[in-house]
Amino acid sequence: MLKIENLHARVEGKDILKGLSLTVKPGEVHAIMGPNGAGKSTLGNVLSGREGYEVTAGSVSWNGIDLLALEPEARAAAGVFLAFQYPVEIPGVNNTYFLRAALNAQRKARGEAELDSMQFLKLVREKLKIMQISDELLHRAVNEGFSGGEKKRNEIFQMAVLEPRLAILDETDSGLDIDALKQVAGGVNALRSPERSFLVVTHYQRLLDYIVPDHVHVLAGGRIVESGDKTLAHKLEEHGYAWLAEHGEPAGAQA
Amino acid sequence: MTSERDNAAAVLRDNAEVAEALGRSYSAGFITEIESTGLPPGLDEETIRQLSAIKREPEWMTEWRLEAYRHWLTMPPPDWAKLKLDPIDYQALSYYSAPKQAPKSLDEVDPALLETYEKLGVPLHERAALAGVAVDAVFDSVSVGTTFRKQLADAGVLFCSMSEAIREYPELVRKYLGSVVPQGDNFFAALNSAVFSDGSFVFIPKGVRCPMELSTYFRINAQNTGQFERTLIVAEEGAYVSYLEGCTAPRRDENQLHAAVVELVALEKAQIKYSTVQNWYPGDENGIGGIYNFVTKRGDCRGDDSKISWTQVETGSAITWKYPSVVLRGDRSVGEFHSVALTHHFQQADTGTKMIHIGKDTKSKIVSKGISAGRSNNSYRGLVKVEKGAERARNYTQCDSLLIGKKCGAHTFPYMEVKNPGAIVEHEATTSKISDDQLFYCRSRGIGEEDAVSMIVDGFCKQVFRELPMEFAVEAKKLLEVSLEGAVG
Repeated sequence: MLKIENLHARVEGKDILKGLSLTVKPGEVHAIMGPNGAGKSTLGNVLSGREGYEVTAGSVSWNGIDLLALEPEARAAAGVFLAFQYPVEIPGVNNTYFLRAALNAQRKARGEAELDSMQFLKLVREKLKIMQISDELLHRAVNEGFSGGEKKRNEIFQMAVLEPRLAILDETDSGLDIDALKQVAGGVNALRSPERSFLVVTHYQRLLDYIVPDHVHVLAGGRIVESGDKTLAHKLEEHGYAWLAEHGEPAGAQA
Repeated sequence: MTSERDNAAAVLRDNAEVAEALGRSYSAGFITEIESTGLPPGLDEETIRQLSAIKREPEWMTEWRLEAYRHWLTMPPPDWAKLKLDPIDYQALSYYSAPKQAPKSLDEVDPALLETYEKLGVPLHERAALAGVAVDAVFDSVSVGTTFRKQLADAGVLFCSMSEAIREYPELVRKYLGSVVPQGDNFFAALNSAVFSDGSFVFIPKGVRCPMELSTYFRINAQNTGQFERTLIVAEEGAYVSYLEGCTAPRRDENQLHAAVVELVALEKAQIKYSTVQNWYPGDENGIGGIYNFVTKRGDCRGDDSKISWTQVETGSAITWKYPSVVLRGDRSVGEFHSVALTHHFQQADTGTKMIHIGKDTKSKIVSKGISAGRSNNSYRGLVKVEKGAERARNYTQCDSLLIGKKCGAHTFPYMEVKNPGAIVEHEATTSKISDDQLFYCRSRGIGEEDAVSMIVDGFCKQVFRELPMEFAVEAKKLLEVSLEGAVG
C-alpha cells in the first residue's frame, strides 16, 4: 500500500507540491488529472527519486517502508516503476540486454536468484505475447530511433517484464495516436492484478476510456483538490479545468 | 561445431574469471619476485654493443642498431602532442632486464613467471588449446615462451620472439625490419631501433590462412626498466592473420617508459588484423606513477587488394602517444582503424591514426571513441593524406567523444591533405556527455549508478568492440568498468 501524507516538494527553488495526500491500495488504479503545471510529473519524479526534486515536508510510505529514504534503484527493487513521459535513448545498448540487467539487478537486491539468458528469453517471449508486441523492438538499442509510439510501448513492455507492484504512468498518452493509445492501454490492462497498483497521470480523459480507473483525483496548485470515481474525469472533460476555479480553487492552481 | 562452441564458451568463462580476478582496481599491479639480470642504467654505443652481444646477434644487426642510435642523438624529443610531461632522463633507464634463469623451453620457464601470466589470464599452457590462441609472452625484455610452435609450423607459419627470428630467419628479418618504420622515423622509433630487446615475429607464407589467433602479452616487471619491444608481422600474397596484443605492468610510483615499434607488411590480397588491449598501469588517482606509452605502429598495404585493420582499446598508461597507421600503397587496398581510448584521473592520451592513400581506389575507415573522466585529457589526432595518384580514394572518419564529469577534456585534431581532386574524404565528429536523464532512466529500472555508467560507455564503444575477437571484447568491457571506478559522483 502506498500512503502519501502532506507531501511538499520543491524543484529549482520553486514549491511545486504543497501538501499532497493520497492512499493507494493494492490492485487499485488511481488516475491523477490536472492542468499543466499542477505538479503531476513532479509527483512521479519524487516517488521514483529523481535528483533535483527536494522533499521539504511530508512522508511517503510504501508497504510500511519510508520510500523517500531509498535510492532510485532501491525503489525499483522495492517494486516501484515509472513509465517516462519522455523515455531516454541509450545508444548502442541493446534493449534486451538492458532489460535483463535491470531485472537481475532488482532480483539480486531482493535476494532472489538471477535469471540466466534462457530463462530470461522465455519470460520475454511470454510477455511479448501478452503485450502483442513484435520482437523487433528487442533487437534495437534502448529507445534509439524509436517513434513516439514505440517508446511508450517499450515502457509498457519493460513494465511487463519487471512486474512492479506500483506502476506510475507519467502522461503515457501524450503524443500517441488513437491506435497506439489503444495498444498501450491494452498492455496496461493486461497487467492489472489484485497485487499491482497504478497511478495513471494524465492531462486528458481520453486515456481513461481505455484504462478505467477506480479513483480519479484532480491535482491543482500542488494539492489534490477533488476526488471521485471515473465520472469525475468525464465531468472535467465536459467543463474543462476552469471549472475547478469556479469550484472554489485558488487561482494559484494555474502556476 | 559443438566443440568449437564449447571452446568459445570456455574462453568466455575463463576470461570472466580472469576479469573477476583482476578485481576492482588495478590488480595487475602485483610485482613478481624473480631474480633478474640486466644492464646497468645508462645508454651509449657500448650499451648497445653489449645488448647485441647478450642476444648473440649477427654483426649487421649490431650495426643497424648503432646507425639508429646515432640518428637518435641528432633528434629532439617531439613536443607537438597535447601532452604534459617532464623531460625523460634516458641515462637513468636500464635497457635490458631479463629473468636470471634463461629458459630453453616452456617447461623450463620459472614457475613464478608462469604464475604471473596465469594471474593475468594469459593462456600460456596447453589450456591455450581451449582458447585457440597461440601466445608469445614478453616479460620485461625477453620473450619467455611461444606456445603452439609446432602446430603453427605445420601450417608454415613462423611465430617466435624477435631475438630468435634474428638468429634463425635473418634473411626475412633483414628484408622487412625497418621497411615500414625506418630507423630514423621519429624520436621514439629511433630509440627503439637502437635498443629494442625483444618482441614478436610473425611470418605467414603465401596463401596460408593462419589457423589460430596469435597473441603477445607484454609485461613490465623490473624497476627503472624501459620496455622496447619490436614486432614485425609479414603476410605474403593471399595470407591472413589475426593478431592480439595485451599489456600490463606493476603498480610503481615512478613512471616507466614503453616505446614499442610494430611493423606490418601485407602483400597482394593479404589481410592483417591487429588488436590491442592496453592496460599499462595508469598511475594513481593523484597522477603519481604510470607508464609512458610512446608507440609507433604502422602497416604497409604493399600489395594490391590487401587489407590492414587496427583495433585498439586503450585504458592504461599515464601518457599514451600512439597513432597506428596504414600506408595504402597497393591499388584497392583497405585500411581500418577502430579505437576506444579511455582516460581517468590524470591520464593523458594523444592517439589517432594516419591513413596515407597512394594506390588507386584505396579505402580507409576511422572510428575513434574517446572517453574522458576525472581530470584527464583525451585527444584524437588523425591524418588522412591522399596522394596525387590515388584516384577515387575514399576515407570515412567518425570521431566521438564522451565526457564523464566536468573537469576532463576531449580534443579532436583532424588533419587532411588531399592532392587528388577525385577523392572523397568525410569526417564526422560528436561530443556528448552521459546525461543525468540517462543515468536516472537506468537507475529507475533498478540498475545502480556505476553499472549504469559502464553500460552507457559500453554502448558508446559498441562499434569498436564488435571488431575485437570475442574473448578480447569481454576483457575490454571489464577493463572499462574497472577503469571507470569512481568516475561518477
